[in-house]
Amino acid sequence: MAGSAKGALAAAPPGFRVRRELMDGERIARALARIAHQIVERPRHAQGLVLVGVRTRGVPLARRLARLVAEAGSPTPPVGALDITLYRDDLTTVAPQPVLRGTEIPGSIDGRTVVVVDDVLYTGRTVRAALDEIIDFGRPARIKLAALVDRGHRELPICPDYVGQTITTSREEIVQVLLQEEDGEDRVLLLERSPASRARRGQKKKRGRRA
Amino acid sequence: MSGYPHRHLLGIESLQPSEIVAVLDTAEGLREILDRPLKKVPALRGRTVVNLFYEPSTRTRASFEVAEKVLSADSLSIAASASSAQKGETLLDTAKNLEAMNPDMIVLRHSAAGAAHFLARHCRAAIVNAGDGAHEHPTQALLDALTLRQRKGRLEGLRIAIVGDLLHSRVARSNVWLLSKMGAKVVLCAPPTLVPPGIEALAPVTHRIDEAVEGADAVMMLRIQRERMTGAYYPSDREYHLRFGLTEARVKRAKKDVLILHPGPMNRGVEIASEVADGPYSVILDQVTNGVVVRMAVLLLLLGGGGADA
Repeated sequence: MAGSAKGALAAAPPGFRVRRELMDGERIARALARIAHQIVERPRHAQGLVLVGVRTRGVPLARRLARLVAEAGSPTPPVGALDITLYRDDLTTVAPQPVLRGTEIPGSIDGRTVVVVDDVLYTGRTVRAALDEIIDFGRPARIKLAALVDRGHRELPICPDYVGQTITTSREEIVQVLLQEEDGEDRVLLLERSPASRARRGQKKKRGRRA
Repeated sequence: MSGYPHRHLLGIESLQPSEIVAVLDTAEGLREILDRPLKKVPALRGRTVVNLFYEPSTRTRASFEVAEKVLSADSLSIAASASSAQKGETLLDTAKNLEAMNPDMIVLRHSAAGAAHFLARHCRAAIVNAGDGAHEHPTQALLDALTLRQRKGRLEGLRIAIVGDLLHSRVARSNVWLLSKMGAKVVLCAPPTLVPPGIEALAPVTHRIDEAVEGADAVMMLRIQRERMTGAYYPSDREYHLRFGLTEARVKRAKKDVLILHPGPMNRGVEIASEVADGPYSVILDQVTNGVVVRMAVLLLLLGGGGADA
């Protein structure tokens, strides 16, 4: 994931450049408000609701949703944070050094409606890990999935219940979500490989995949 | 942020401060797992760890086993007293035979200094030193550091007295390395008969406990290791307690918020008075919990995608 140089718009990881802006602050706010209303519309779900954000950027999104749910007339739901590192299916092969920030689940989730909140929904592997971790904490009545952006390319049979924006992407691209709480501004950007680095990458590939 | 770029954990002496911090930070991140309703995560599923103990141990072995189970590693523990070591099999033969069963890690406790380094040269598995003779006991020093950092918020600048049987203590050696690397000021204290030669090069040594404890942020007590004593190092337990035992009166010389540590097992009434061991400043049971957490961190860093050769 991109290092969070606070507030730097050029926070694109090396070798990438901004292709276009997918969402500005106002669109993010509208998308979250809509999701909050969709959650509240189902009174069975709004009762005993728990919002759990996937670290890093799912957590501030879950906090914002909690406020919006309260503004829409429901009781303020408790907010938790999920660190799925220890549940990753590629922990032993990919992660260079796991950086752990811990999972916090507020109270018991037995019989409650848990909404998992993440910034970008992509392969679905993060969500699989999140589901396994949540189930280790208890037996919720149901688990729902909310994502600010769904960029497609699912590798597992996982489908979101609430989506801010659905976009078509190629696997080469990166969807970068910047949030006030983490990055100093609210924006969603579509990044693409810069031409120079694309050429270099081609050469590297020929030499083998060792990074 | 830098991680832990080694394949083994053999001692503190060869670690960089940033690598020590990586272990402690990982341990803090893992702490909450022990408070979960279901105390298990799948991080090391399918990894095999052999705990090979040639010396008796309660805490170290139990906490390695708990750490392995919490992280879902498959583990087996072999006590040399009930193994083929009794029939004369050498350490290397035992290790080679165990290795033929393809473990990912061997945790070794042995009475010979350098035993873990020896295995690391001859085995493919990752080796963790769980105490080698009077040399090093790195996970003990790491859990002590975690306990100090948790309570004091830092290690740098702390004044720490290490008191007791320095001669036979691997805990003291690992702790001196770790604490001085992290910028703490260490004072060592023992009777002249229990000071190993050359240790004054690592930290100042005094033979007066009052002097060592004066103004200390933490006092680490060491066990009198009777089982390793071949000569008469001090006249009697009572005499030792009078001259070098940590009593309430002596604790008063330290800072008000002093912490008392002991790696266990304690000889109550010898190196430490019961009132002190059970007193409000004692963090001896925190050390045990932190022992599990620190060993989880070591397992995860060595087996979970860390390691230079991964």
